[in-house]
Amino acid sequence: MAEELVALSAAELSEKLQSKEVSSVEVTQAHLDRIAEVDSQVHAFLHVSADALKAAGEADGARKLGAKLNPLAGVPVAIKDVLCTSDMPSTAGSRILEGWIPPYDATVVARLRKARMVPIGKTNMDEFAMGSSTEHSAYGSTRNPWDFERIPGGSGGGSAAAVAAFEVPLALGSDTGGSIRQPAAVTGTVGMKPTYGGVSRYGAIALASSLDQIGPVARTVLDAALLHDVIGGHDPRDSTSLTEDWPSFAEAAKAGIAAGSLKGVRLGVVRELGGEGFQTGVSARFQEVIELASKAGAEIVEVSAPSFSYAIAAYYLILPAEASSNLAKFDSVRFGLRVNPPGGGTVEQVMAATREAGFGPEVKRRIILGTYALSAGYYDAYYGSAQKVRTLVQRDFASAFEKADLLISPSAPTTAFKFGEKLEDPLAMYLNDVATIPANLAGVPGLGLPMGLAAEDGLPAGLQLMAPARQDAKLYSVGATLETLLEANWGGSLLARSPMGKALRATESEKGAQS
Amino acid sequence: MSEQTELMDFDKAIELFEPVLGFEVHVELNTKSKMFSDAPNPASAEGEAAAQEPNTMVTPVCLGLPGSLPVVNEQAIRFSISLGLALGCEIAPSSRFARKNYFYPDLAKNYQISQYDEPIAHDGEVSIELADGRSFRIQIERAHMEEDAGKLTHVGGSTGRIQGADHSLVDYNRAGVPLVEIVTKMITGTEGSAPEVARAYVSAIRDIVLALGISQARMERGNLRCDANVSLSPRGSGKLGTRTETKNVNSLRSVERAVRFEIQRQAAILHGGGTIVQETRHWHEDTGMTSPGRPKSDADDYRYFPEPDLLPVEPSKELIDELRAALPEPPAVRRKRLKEAWGFTDLEFQDVVNSDLLVEIEQTVAAGATPAAARKWWTGEIARIANADGVDAASLVTPAQVAELSKLVDSGELTDRLARQVLEGVIAGEGSPAEVVQKRGLKVVSDDSALIAAIDKALADQPDILEKIRGGKVQAAGAIIGEVMKQMRGQADAARVRELVLERAESLR
Repeated sequence: MAEELVALSAAELSEKLQSKEVSSVEVTQAHLDRIAEVDSQVHAFLHVSADALKAAGEADGARKLGAKLNPLAGVPVAIKDVLCTSDMPSTAGSRILEGWIPPYDATVVARLRKARMVPIGKTNMDEFAMGSSTEHSAYGSTRNPWDFERIPGGSGGGSAAAVAAFEVPLALGSDTGGSIRQPAAVTGTVGMKPTYGGVSRYGAIALASSLDQIGPVARTVLDAALLHDVIGGHDPRDSTSLTEDWPSFAEAAKAGIAAGSLKGVRLGVVRELGGEGFQTGVSARFQEVIELASKAGAEIVEVSAPSFSYAIAAYYLILPAEASSNLAKFDSVRFGLRVNPPGGGTVEQVMAATREAGFGPEVKRRIILGTYALSAGYYDAYYGSAQKVRTLVQRDFASAFEKADLLISPSAPTTAFKFGEKLEDPLAMYLNDVATIPANLAGVPGLGLPMGLAAEDGLPAGLQLMAPARQDAKLYSVGATLETLLEANWGGSLLARSPMGKALRATESEKGAQS
Repeated sequence: MSEQTELMDFDKAIELFEPVLGFEVHVELNTKSKMFSDAPNPASAEGEAAAQEPNTMVTPVCLGLPGSLPVVNEQAIRFSISLGLALGCEIAPSSRFARKNYFYPDLAKNYQISQYDEPIAHDGEVSIELADGRSFRIQIERAHMEEDAGKLTHVGGSTGRIQGADHSLVDYNRAGVPLVEIVTKMITGTEGSAPEVARAYVSAIRDIVLALGISQARMERGNLRCDANVSLSPRGSGKLGTRTETKNVNSLRSVERAVRFEIQRQAAILHGGGTIVQETRHWHEDTGMTSPGRPKSDADDYRYFPEPDLLPVEPSKELIDELRAALPEPPAVRRKRLKEAWGFTDLEFQDVVNSDLLVEIEQTVAAGATPAAARKWWTGEIARIANADGVDAASLVTPAQVAELSKLVDSGELTDRLARQVLEGVIAGEGSPAEVVQKRGLKVVSDDSALIAAIDKALADQPDILEKIRGGKVQAAGAIIGEVMKQMRGQADAARVRELVLERAESLR
C-alpha cells in the first residue's frame, strides 16, 4: 500500500483523497516513510517537517466537514530551501543562514497552506541558487536518483531528486537561469519556469531579482499545472507580479492529454540551441521528438535567434550584479550567522569576518564579479552592455514567435555529469544553462519535460518548450500532448525505468504476489 | 572640538570672496505607512503619538529580511508630485528607483532605495523674500524620493558620538520613512545676505510642505533636514571654490548661523593661503561651530543600478492635473490674503513674516484664537523664550496649545500673568494648557463668594482704610485689593476685586 501511494502522481492521489479511498495522513506517512528509507542516499532534503502529519490531519478534518477543497488538498509538497517558511529553517543552502527560521511565510508557501497541501520539508540547493549541480550547497550535494555518482542538476537539484526518487509527488523550485528546468532534464522530471511576474517572489530569498521566478516541479505535466494553479496569480507584496487573471493550467494540461494531436501548432526549432556542444544522445532524442511532433500534426519551422549566443555572457553580468546587491544584507547585524574576529572588532570587521566564513567560494566569486561590473567606470561596459543584449534577446524571441507558436529545444546540452567533473571549471558549469537562460532574460515561460534516455549513457535527456509571455497555458497543453505521445511510445513513464522506479515496482509486484 | 578654528570678520570675508550656496533639504513625508512597506510611519501624526519603542514600527521589509520585497506607497508618490508641483518643477512622466549600495549598520539592506538619474521632479524655482523686502529666486535642480535609514545610538563614550563608544544600538523604526530630497542648483549673487537667504529658503520649503500638509515639518525632530553646501570664490577669479557640506542643521536659526560660520571659516583659511578640504561637516548647536566629518570624495562609488524589485513610477496626466488643481495658493498670494484677513498693519505683518511664524499664527487662528492674540503670543512671549533658549519658536509649543491658552484668557479663566505661567508649564512638557492649569492650580478665582469673604476679612482687619474708602478716597482701596490678591495667590481678576471692594465697602456701611 505505502509503496503504491508514493508511486502515484499528484493527480492520482488527488482522486483517491477526494473519493476518501485514502486519507492525507496515510499519504503523508507513506512519503515520510519513503524519505526515511531513501533520503540518506539521495540527500534531497535539508529539513523534514515535524508538522507534516498535523497538516495532513487538518486537511482530512476539513474534508470530513465537507469543505470545498483545492484538488491538491492533502497532497504532500516539498519546498526549495530558498523559500521562507515560518515553521522550518530557511537557509538557501548557505552556512550564513544556518538555522534561520523566518518570521513569515513566502506568499507561495502561504498559498500551499491555504490550499491545505502538506509541506513535508525543505529541499537542498546550490548556495543562494548559484550552480547547476548542488555541489555548491553548504550542506553537501544531492545525488541523482538515476545514478548516485552523478549530479541531480542545480540549483534545484534537491526538489528534482526528491520528486524523481518518489519521496514527494510535488515540489517548488526557483529558476533564475534554469534552476528548475535543467534539474528536471537530468532527473527525468517535469519543471516549469512561469512567465516573469506570474508567481509571487515575496519570501523567495533573492538571487537576481529581475530573473528569479518560482515554479512547480513534478513527475507529470498535469501535476505541475495543478501546483501552478495553487501558487500563481497576483500578489500585492511583489511589485513585479502581474495583475491579470490566469486560466486554469490544469484544464489546459487535461485538454492537451485529451487532444492527442498537435494539429495547427507551429513549433519553432531554435537553430542556436543545438548542434555543437550538445551531447549526441541528447540531440538524437530531440530529433525523434521533432519527428513525433510532426507526425502528430505539428508544423515544424526553423527559427534563428542570433543574440542567444551572447545570452550567457550577458546573464553572467546581470546576475552577479543584482546578486552582489541582494546578498549585501547578510551582514550579521539582524539575523543569521555572526562571526566575531578574535579579540572583537568594529562592525565592519564583524561583517567581513561573517561574510568570509558564511559564504562559499561560488557565492564570493559572483559577489566580486557583480561588484566589479557595477563599479563606476565599468557600469556601461558591463552592466549596460548586458542590458542591451537582454533587449536583443527579447527582440529575437518576438520575431521567432511571429513564425512559431512555441519554441522547442533540449533543456540542457548534456545528461547528468559526474560529481567534481565541472567543479574546477566554472565556465563549463555555466554552459550547462545555455538553453535555459534566454527565457529568463526575456521573462518568457519555459517548460521542461523528459524526452527519453541518451543511448550512450542511459540517462534522461530533457525537452524544453518556450512560449510568449503570459501564454503559460499553451505550454501545459502542448507539453501534456507530447508527454502522452512519448509515454505511449515508452509504454509508461520514463521514471518507471529509473533504478528507483524499477525497485519500487519490484516491491509492489512482490507484495502483489504475496497477497 | 580640539581644533582651533580661525574666523574672518564676516564683512571682510564678503569683501574678498563671493559666497556660493547649495542646499539639499530632506523632507520626511507624513504618510500613514512607510515608503516601501505597510509598517506605521513614525514621521506621521499618528506615528509621532505612538510610543516608538525601538524596533517596534517595523516589518520584514524595514529590517531587510531575506525574501522581503519593497512596494511603493501610492500616497508618498502623490505627496512627492504635489511637492514637485509646488516647487514649480516638471513632473517626469516616468521616473525610476535605483539602489545606492553601501554597507552601514543603520541601512538594513546595505543599499538605499533612492532615485538617481531619473527623479520624479526636476527644474523648478522657489521665490523667497528677505526681511528688507528684497526677493530671490532659488533654482531647484530636482526633487527625488527615497527611504530614510535607521538610527544608531553609540553607547559607552562620553560624547554620544561613535568616537570612544564601545558599542552601538540600532533602531530601525525610522528605516523606510518616506523622504523627498530637494536639491537646489548653485546659488550665486547672495553676497552678504547669504546666511539670510539660507534661512529664508529653508523657511520657504517649510511653509510649502506645511501648506501641502505632507510633512510634520518639525526641524528639531528631523522631519525637515538641511544640508548646506558652502564654497567661496575669490573676487575676480571667476573660479569656483571647494565646497563643504554641513549636516545636522536642525533649526532655521542654525541654518543661518552655520552658513555664516562656514563663510567666515573658509575665508580665514583661504586668506591664510590654505586650501579647503572637500568634506562633510557637522554643525554643533551648542558651540555654534562646524567640525569635520568624513571626507567626501567624488570617488565614493555607490554602484547605482535600477532597482529590479520595483517598476518605473509613471503617474498619469490626469493624476498630475488633479494634484496641480488641488495645490494651495502660492506663498505671495497667501501672504496678501492673510494680511487682509487678519487686519494687521504692514509693520505687524512684516514682523510675523520675518519671524517665520506665518504658518503657526495661521494654524493658531484656525484653532480658534483671534489673529491679534495669536500674533501677540507667538511674536511676544513665545519668541522671547525661543530667543533666550536659542531654538525656533515653532519647536516650543503647537498652534493648538497656543489657541487653547488664548481662549482661556478670553473667557476670563486666566489672566495674562497666569497665562504666561501656563505657557511655561506647556513648554516644560507638563501637558496641555488645561492640564497645566489643573496641575499648577492656576485658575482665576471667579467665585465671588470666596473673594467677598477675603475682602470682608481685609476690610475688618483694616477699619481705617474702610473709613477712607467710605469717605470717598477710592484710591485707598488699593491696599485692600493688594491684600486680597495676595490671599488669592494672584489668581483673581484684579478689576473684579476692585469692583467688589467698593461694593462691600458701601454695603458694610
